[in-house]
Amino acid sequence: MLHEPAAKVEKDAASDWKAKLGIKLFWLYCIVYMGFVGIAVFATETMKKPVLAGTNLAIIYGMGLIIFAIILGLIYNHLCTKKEDELNAKAEEAE
Amino acid sequence: MNYVANPIAIAIFLSFVGFVLGMSFYFARKAKSAAGYFAAGGTIHWFVNGIAFAGDYLSAASFLGICGMIATMGYDGFLYSIGYLAGWIVALFVVAEPMKRLGKYTFTDALDSKFNSKGIQLMAAISTLAVSIFYLIPQMVGAGSLITPLLGLPQWIGVVMVGAIVITIVATAGMTSTTYVQFLKGGLLIIFSTVLSIAVLNKGLSTEPREQTFSPRIVPAATADIKAEVVSEKSGQTFVKLEEEGLFTWWIKQDDMLEETQFITKTAAGETLYNGAPKADNRFKSVGLVAKLPDGQTKTGPVGVFKYFATVQGSEIIRYPKGRIAKIEDSGDHVEIFCPAIAKGEDLMVPGQKFKIKDGIGKLNFISLMLALFFGTASLPHILIRYYTVPSQRDARKSTIVAIGSIGFFYVLTLFMGLGAMTLGVIDVGDGNMSAPLLAKAFSSVLFAIISAIAFATVLGTVSGLIVAASGAVAHDLMDNFMNIKMTDQSKVKAGKIAAFGVGIIAIILGILFQGMNVSFLVGWAFAVAASANLPSIIMLLFWKKTTAKGIAWSIGVGMVSALAIILSSPDMYAQFGFKGTPFHSLNQPGIVSIPLSFITLVIVSLMTQKDNEGLKDID
Repeated sequence: MLHEPAAKVEKDAASDWKAKLGIKLFWLYCIVYMGFVGIAVFATETMKKPVLAGTNLAIIYGMGLIIFAIILGLIYNHLCTKKEDELNAKAEEAE
Repeated sequence: MNYVANPIAIAIFLSFVGFVLGMSFYFARKAKSAAGYFAAGGTIHWFVNGIAFAGDYLSAASFLGICGMIATMGYDGFLYSIGYLAGWIVALFVVAEPMKRLGKYTFTDALDSKFNSKGIQLMAAISTLAVSIFYLIPQMVGAGSLITPLLGLPQWIGVVMVGAIVITIVATAGMTSTTYVQFLKGGLLIIFSTVLSIAVLNKGLSTEPREQTFSPRIVPAATADIKAEVVSEKSGQTFVKLEEEGLFTWWIKQDDMLEETQFITKTAAGETLYNGAPKADNRFKSVGLVAKLPDGQTKTGPVGVFKYFATVQGSEIIRYPKGRIAKIEDSGDHVEIFCPAIAKGEDLMVPGQKFKIKDGIGKLNFISLMLALFFGTASLPHILIRYYTVPSQRDARKSTIVAIGSIGFFYVLTLFMGLGAMTLGVIDVGDGNMSAPLLAKAFSSVLFAIISAIAFATVLGTVSGLIVAASGAVAHDLMDNFMNIKMTDQSKVKAGKIAAFGVGIIAIILGILFQGMNVSFLVGWAFAVAASANLPSIIMLLFWKKTTAKGIAWSIGVGMVSALAIILSSPDMYAQFGFKGTPFHSLNQPGIVSIPLSFITLVIVSLMTQKDNEGLKDID
């Protein structure tokens, strides 16, 4: 009792593939995020420049980071779901 | 400001809280087992869990704190939106699925899955408790801030009310009711924040003050009947006292002109006066006003998203920054003067008002905060336990994406709500945390009531989640695993509920002690403690095979203690509690020191204790 997960965990043949993809996407986002922090700290005046319909870089970059996270999340989910179906079906066939 | 209770607001608020409690009792039937109490039996649908994630995450810090900080400090508040959301990337890409695979009820289970180590059980449970309590403080402060304008009651009553209601919720039903409360609240918060943001864009910008907004007058000093003149020791500014209609008012003297201020006087007789009169006279007004619009306009009318930002950038805005509050003595009276300052919109729309990124230590604080926010989300115990409420890893991932979408959308809205509060004159000069609900009040009292009820439920839900996490740490990690106290399923749930009661009481006390601090700023500290204590061990356990149990335990301990030590000795802590003397250091945000320190500790201790790993199976 109490020494197993609250929900039964299924076998997942795609877990390694997903972990590698996750790390790649993490680093991609990390670089874009560091770019934002870098400009804010070392080139603050650049943040004041209007870049889209009169709106400055700070707002566009900030909102862009939020939207980029959502887009990356959707891509990740799509790719993972596809790979899970593919690899888990193969694993079942092999069994 | 003087707040008068509004019957409609009270009715809506009480109905909502009643509904939440009713739901809690209903779900109590489902929480008889430990799995039901701590992890909702792993049966929650991924979409419900995703929105509940949003409900958990969009706490008082997001709704009250970020909007309040944008309203008072401009873009620096939005930095929290960016950082909080970016943290979900770490949660989704690195932590979500492995955590689901490794854990049972708590984050300690996941960390300890390979080792069965007493050291990890103890340190992870203590860190869960520390982070939960640190995160609880701003929620309770936010609750207190809300209750005053909503029900016209003092701040501390709000704190006690939230504490009592949440203890009832958690002690009855645990994770299932917490999840549905969060789902409901998260959904409503996003819907009504959208309504509020559309209202802001529809109203546009104007230089005309609302009737309830303070608009400082400027008069020539030569014609004024000056009763007293005081020079502030701190700022060197000269303040003069005038008499009008039998009341005294304080003005700033600048060259030959006098500019009106708002002020609170604590008289020698012990009375508190607001702009020279008792609070009930309503002379003390809300602040925030556009002084000048671009191209000589006085009103824009409805505007689109980009036009709104561009117009704010080109405007000048009257603010009341904390740094411009002067404290003077006048014939035995203590006078606190809130001085207006005109800021250029282009300066408010970039980082730099709160975080002084032009100086070295400001840069360090800024980088440190952004680091803690980025790595903090994936280390928050009440977020981590939500991965155990869904049936599968795929569901854990999908619910994280629903969370990122809904939370991201909300964070974009914080800009409109914060800037709306800044420019529509609704800010309470004494407590910026109330900016978003007061913005709603500027449009309609019904909207205000709904928004306040949701905000209160926001606090209820988040506090419930935190208390479940903390009680899990005590009952499951400490009592069951660490102390080896053999308990039946029911007695474990009972122990969790007793722990929930204890943590609730601590939260109430701390909520009263930290009154008046920006709640988002306080949450930033909770993130720093979480990122320092928990993240290095999660990451290294997943990605470095040489990680040992002692390495993890030491890393949690060093990360937590160093983060707490830096926070507790920080200049901001000195300012909050009026400590005398000079702070030991200038750092307000610990992450830049404590996160690397925790990583380094883990690596060194693990390398020194490699023998411990012999015979252990690697995690998948």
